[in-house]
Amino acid sequence: MTYAVIAQRKKIHPYKFNMWVAIAAIVMMFGGFTSAYVVMRGQERWVSFQLPHQFIFSTIVILCSSFTMAMAVRYFKRRMMNAYKRWITLTAILGLVFMYSQFLGFRFLYAHGVNLTFNVSASLLFIITGLHMLHVLGGVIALLVIFFRALRKKIRSYDPVPIEVVATYWHFVDILWIYLFGFFIWLR
Amino acid sequence: MSSEVHFGQVQGAQQAVAAVAIHDGDHHAHHHHQSFITKYIFSQDHKIISRQFLITGMIWAIIGGFFSVIFRLQLGFPDKSFPFLETIFGHWAAGGHISPELYYQLVTMHGTIMIFFVLTAGLSGTFSNFLIPLQLGARDMASPFLNMLSYWFFFVASIIMLSSLFIQTGPSEAGWTAYPPLSALREASEGSKLGMDLWLISMAVFVVSQLLAGLNYISTILNMRTKGMSMTRMPLTIWALFFTAVLGVLSFPVLLSGFILLLFDRNLGTSFYLSDIYIAGHALPNQGGSPILYEHLFWFLGHPEVYIVMLPGMGITSDMLATHSRKPIFGYLAMVGSLFAIASLSFLVWAHHMFVSGMNPFLGAFFVLFTLLIAVPSSVKVFNWLATLWRGNVQFTVPNLFAIGFVSLFISGGLTGIWLGNSALDLHLHDTYFVIAHFHLVMGIAAFFGMFAGVYHWFPKMFGRFMNNTLGYIHFWVTFVGAYLMFWPMHYEGLAGMPRRYYEYSADALAVYHRFQHLNEFISVIAIIVFAVQILFVFNFFYSIFKGRPVKDPNPWKANTLEWTTPIHVGHGNWPGEIPEVHRWPYDYSKNGIDFIPQTVPVSPAEEEVQESITTR
Repeated sequence: MTYAVIAQRKKIHPYKFNMWVAIAAIVMMFGGFTSAYVVMRGQERWVSFQLPHQFIFSTIVILCSSFTMAMAVRYFKRRMMNAYKRWITLTAILGLVFMYSQFLGFRFLYAHGVNLTFNVSASLLFIITGLHMLHVLGGVIALLVIFFRALRKKIRSYDPVPIEVVATYWHFVDILWIYLFGFFIWLR
Repeated sequence: MSSEVHFGQVQGAQQAVAAVAIHDGDHHAHHHHQSFITKYIFSQDHKIISRQFLITGMIWAIIGGFFSVIFRLQLGFPDKSFPFLETIFGHWAAGGHISPELYYQLVTMHGTIMIFFVLTAGLSGTFSNFLIPLQLGARDMASPFLNMLSYWFFFVASIIMLSSLFIQTGPSEAGWTAYPPLSALREASEGSKLGMDLWLISMAVFVVSQLLAGLNYISTILNMRTKGMSMTRMPLTIWALFFTAVLGVLSFPVLLSGFILLLFDRNLGTSFYLSDIYIAGHALPNQGGSPILYEHLFWFLGHPEVYIVMLPGMGITSDMLATHSRKPIFGYLAMVGSLFAIASLSFLVWAHHMFVSGMNPFLGAFFVLFTLLIAVPSSVKVFNWLATLWRGNVQFTVPNLFAIGFVSLFISGGLTGIWLGNSALDLHLHDTYFVIAHFHLVMGIAAFFGMFAGVYHWFPKMFGRFMNNTLGYIHFWVTFVGAYLMFWPMHYEGLAGMPRRYYEYSADALAVYHRFQHLNEFISVIAIIVFAVQILFVFNFFYSIFKGRPVKDPNPWKANTLEWTTPIHVGHGNWPGEIPEVHRWPYDYSKNGIDFIPQTVPVSPAEEEVQESITTR
């Protein structure tokens, strides 16, 4: 048996790879929830309701935040740290605006009698979007961490890995929301 | 060499290399001072984390095993009273008889502890952590910090689960599967009160631990192999641990989503799993849910979980049989392929646990097909194991005996899987002792055998000493014979229809099972003996850490894999100097008349000629 020795190729950084595997795990979790949604939708007592229009605003906000995130990475790589800090702050703020907008959407639903125990349909919507919000919150915290790391005077780090890992995650929660929103619109 | 060192290793590597440079070959390579806490408790060293997983797993195994002895006392001797039980369990075992509630709690905890805390965290936690860096030639895991977190999440999960044993209403009693509505309604039983919440929270934390661990294992295996260690040169143990991690990362999140919905049902009034339920004459407000939804979400993990438990044992067995029979593994690529096939199929068979729970029978046909297909890769594995032993120079060392025992148990338990995988036969066999016999042999005891083989084999690497051989042989033979004596009779009981999960069979309707009373007694006595021998193993383990025969030869088993090229006492960073380069697969045993050729030995020109003539023939 002969094995060709594979030349050492430039491999992906383990932290980045970790993030991709973690994303796969998160996809499976939301896959579980949305499958549950599909299964339960087939049941007789499923009650559908109008999605709050705030969700459209949230979608625009999170799409913009992906853009600002990409700008932040770009300026980091050019070592323009002030611009980087501005864009990253903007991204974090957009993340919080997204969460607030989602919260307004929840309030809208509650005001119209669609609360957590209204029907399985509403329970699932609240849990899925709520968990997505928690994931966005995790992203905001990660942004704060790298923001404060950029403020350090003594240690100047130009290692792009942490910011790239955070950016990957941020774009992922963005795409995840687009998927979920489309899913809710399509299968109401 | 430094160009070979990959990013994540850099820190450890530089420290280790620097230490060696200063201390000129001192093989501890560990001279940056660490306090006891950073070295042994909040350690980021994969070898320490591995031992933490192992010892925590052993403590859980003793608790889980002890619980099975207690409920076997009830099943074997329903009329006798055991006053010591009242001493331990108080009013739960008034008069020396355990109460039905306690019986279900013991059964639930036995399952939960053994499957999740011992055979998932304890087994793959130990060997993935220990072997992945050592056998692949890495200084540590891709992210040692996440690795440490994974243990401490497991520890927190353990503490929460343990604390549920001591609360007033007792731990969960809804079975390890925690099916609603039993698990969703506090009014259902004592154990469905606080115990069930603690169970769910503990399991949620446990899932986080498994995810952190799993993504680290995958990323280390794919990215941090040393020079020359192509994927097809990895030992089969690593392949198995790789697929185990993939299964865990893809299936545990789905379980988590099921648990989250259950927590909402329990605490916030949602109705995912509940509909049309009356308790004590009162209708519950919950409408529109379905308990079948939980079963789907649970078994989507639950079945891959079986392979999360099994695959490490398969991998370890493959390496034990080759190393201790001094023969190359038979059909290396077929072994990898069958692991892949088993791992993929395991995602397509979950509903075979639900044949009789009201699922569409046409859907059942699909799951029967895929379930029976698993027999193919499983048979490939068994054939290859037997072919590896065939005409080998079989050394009956303790690890090899456990590996052979694994194969035996896997065959015996696997054959009954073909019975149970048929939805038609399952109508009769479901929820009988046949099922208990099947899964204990094939995944319970067999996975334990894989674990034992691994512990005996790698103990010298872990602690620099050998475990006592005589005690090891006693441990093997009593456990092996005992396993069959316990579970073989259960096949007969199950075929006769004796239902599982029953506290006693005294009712008139169950009179037909009274004839199994003596058999039950026999099983219980064997269970006690086998449990006692496990205590002997634990004694052997801890005694040998301090007093065992010291290892003199860095490669005591004459094995080919990389972990034996490290010093006897492995320091931080694993290799004091450069990481060795790999030139061949790990199974060159008895090749061209040479007993063993480690992976680090370059292929000689003569060898290459022979190989070329073989491959081009």
